[in-house]
Amino acid sequence: MNKLSNDHKDVEFVNVTKRFGPVVAVDNISLSVEQGAFFSFLGPSGCGKTTSLRLIAGFDQPSEGDVHIGGVPVVGIPPHKRPVNMVFQNYALFPHMNVAENIGYGLRQRSPKPTAAEMNKQIDETLELVQMSGYRNRRIWEMSGGQQQRVALARALINRPTVLLLDEPLAALDRKLRRDMQIELQTLQREVGITFILVTHDQEEALSMSDRICIMREGDIVQSGSPRELYDHPVNRYVADFVGKSNFIAGSISGVNGKSITVKSENGREFIGSPSTGAPTLRGGDHASIAIRPELIAISPSNTSAADMNADVAMNGRVKNQIFLGEHTEYLINAEGIGDVLVLSPKHIESESGGFNPGDTVTIGWKNELALALEDS
Amino acid sequence: MVMRFYSIAVYLFLYVPIGIIVLFSFNSGRNASDFRGLSIEWYGKALSNPFVLESLTSSLIIAFSAAFLSSIMGTTAALALQRMRGPMKTMFDGLIYVSIMIPGIVIGIATLVALVTVFDALNPLLAAVWPEGAEPPRLSLGYVSVIAAHTLFTMSLVIVLVRARIAGMDRSLIEASQDLYATPWRTFRQVTLPQIFPAILAGFLLSFTFSFDDFIISFFVAGANTTLPIYVFSSIRRGITPEVNAIGTMVLAVSLTLLISAQLLLRKNDTKKAAKG
Repeated sequence: MNKLSNDHKDVEFVNVTKRFGPVVAVDNISLSVEQGAFFSFLGPSGCGKTTSLRLIAGFDQPSEGDVHIGGVPVVGIPPHKRPVNMVFQNYALFPHMNVAENIGYGLRQRSPKPTAAEMNKQIDETLELVQMSGYRNRRIWEMSGGQQQRVALARALINRPTVLLLDEPLAALDRKLRRDMQIELQTLQREVGITFILVTHDQEEALSMSDRICIMREGDIVQSGSPRELYDHPVNRYVADFVGKSNFIAGSISGVNGKSITVKSENGREFIGSPSTGAPTLRGGDHASIAIRPELIAISPSNTSAADMNADVAMNGRVKNQIFLGEHTEYLINAEGIGDVLVLSPKHIESESGGFNPGDTVTIGWKNELALALEDS
Repeated sequence: MVMRFYSIAVYLFLYVPIGIIVLFSFNSGRNASDFRGLSIEWYGKALSNPFVLESLTSSLIIAFSAAFLSSIMGTTAALALQRMRGPMKTMFDGLIYVSIMIPGIVIGIATLVALVTVFDALNPLLAAVWPEGAEPPRLSLGYVSVIAAHTLFTMSLVIVLVRARIAGMDRSLIEASQDLYATPWRTFRQVTLPQIFPAILAGFLLSFTFSFDDFIISFFVAGANTTLPIYVFSSIRRGITPEVNAIGTMVLAVSLTLLISAQLLLRKNDTKKAAKG
């Protein structure tokens, strides 16, 4: 097989399709993961992200196409011969072994088997890496979910795989612990320099940890890019909706003029937005939405003019709900003509205006250049 | 209220006769129906009776061999069935439950007929091919036939227990082992086997108990051998003695111990899993 330019790619998919009977789980996708990257598959359940991960691990084989790991084609090679390790969603720690035995499992399968002293040294080092020193002889069921998670991580990392696969690793942890582990995983990844591939349905998790995210839907890749690219330049409404929060005004395109696209909403009002970088070109008549992020909308007392708000569009509305988040205050506003709009107002603005309460009438507005006109899909 | 009275009556009906056997096994008197005070004299008598000891030895050898064989064969079958899909699987599953339900007398007759037919066919053949001058072996009913028949009916128990355990086992453990470079054989030895071992052991204990207590099938295929239940049956014809009660009580004690151990083995695993969950 030719190696071409995959020398610095740790994982490559070339036109990979995976079918389970009549169901197409992964539909002709191609992608590559750079060496040392923190890569995420993001999407709702059933989008093919877990199947993609299992194709890398070797638990499933593709129906069509090629998978390369470290530049080597691996289709047909069983999991135990692949240089990858996985952290399972439920950790899959061996209940009949203690922590040290679990972590040393991969080392014991090597031939020649490392000496006991060498294994112990590596187990201790890895336990230290995941901050679990002193837990060597613990039984699995004596530990909390977070501790089990660390052991599962150590069990995979000790083998220094080419790629570490993480299948929804934080899903079972509570919110606070999840945040801590996100930071730790990121630090750990930089420390060990191993390529991490994460599968998650949690956009916040993907955004906060990954260098690159691949958004999937129904077996297809919708968009892949850095978290910032996905957030600032979503290719369509699906991505904008999935990555971060966004307000949408649905309608159809009534005019395209270079960098400004006019979308006529269902009740006839026209809004202007700019096209997203990398998105397919939009044409008059296409179904499209104007997308505007909550933090880009300004909020003022009622009947403030657009000009006074330094906005291009303004409309009146009524505060339906207010959630104080410390740094920000989140308002749900029923705006005239467009329905419910989410607005995120930073603390310093709140201090000036004094904030708003449910029932208050307000004016909201935004600049056209901050809104995106996106394909509905 | 009526229901409660009824259920108490049912339990009394079930357990009073057993209680009486246990009680009378400690009778110091000679007569089985006349309690004269406590003594363990009859246990001593039973355990020093050469016929009792001989049949007990047979029973133990048979029960151990049958339990051992059915544990191995049952586990292998359970593992194979686990991979099966579709209508074949349904059919095999059904057959296993049917084989548990088949009355002992049917297994007894069927095994007897089958073994006798095979022996009758094989013996002349063996005699024909055996070298001149040497005595050809003669296959006949005995240990081997009882062990074979017992293995046959206890194997289904092991299959059912082991299959339940495999089904309850976390599939990702096997994948984790594969993922950590273990070959299929090592995965089996290091992960699957330890996981299903309690079920195998429970299956062994149950098989042992069932084989040890079996009378009907043994009666058909034991040939000249006497197992403990057969001995008890034949000695009862000379009247119920406290010695028979003592034997019965000992068998009861051993059986209960094994059954409870099997139950504990199966339960221990569940609690462990629950604690982990």
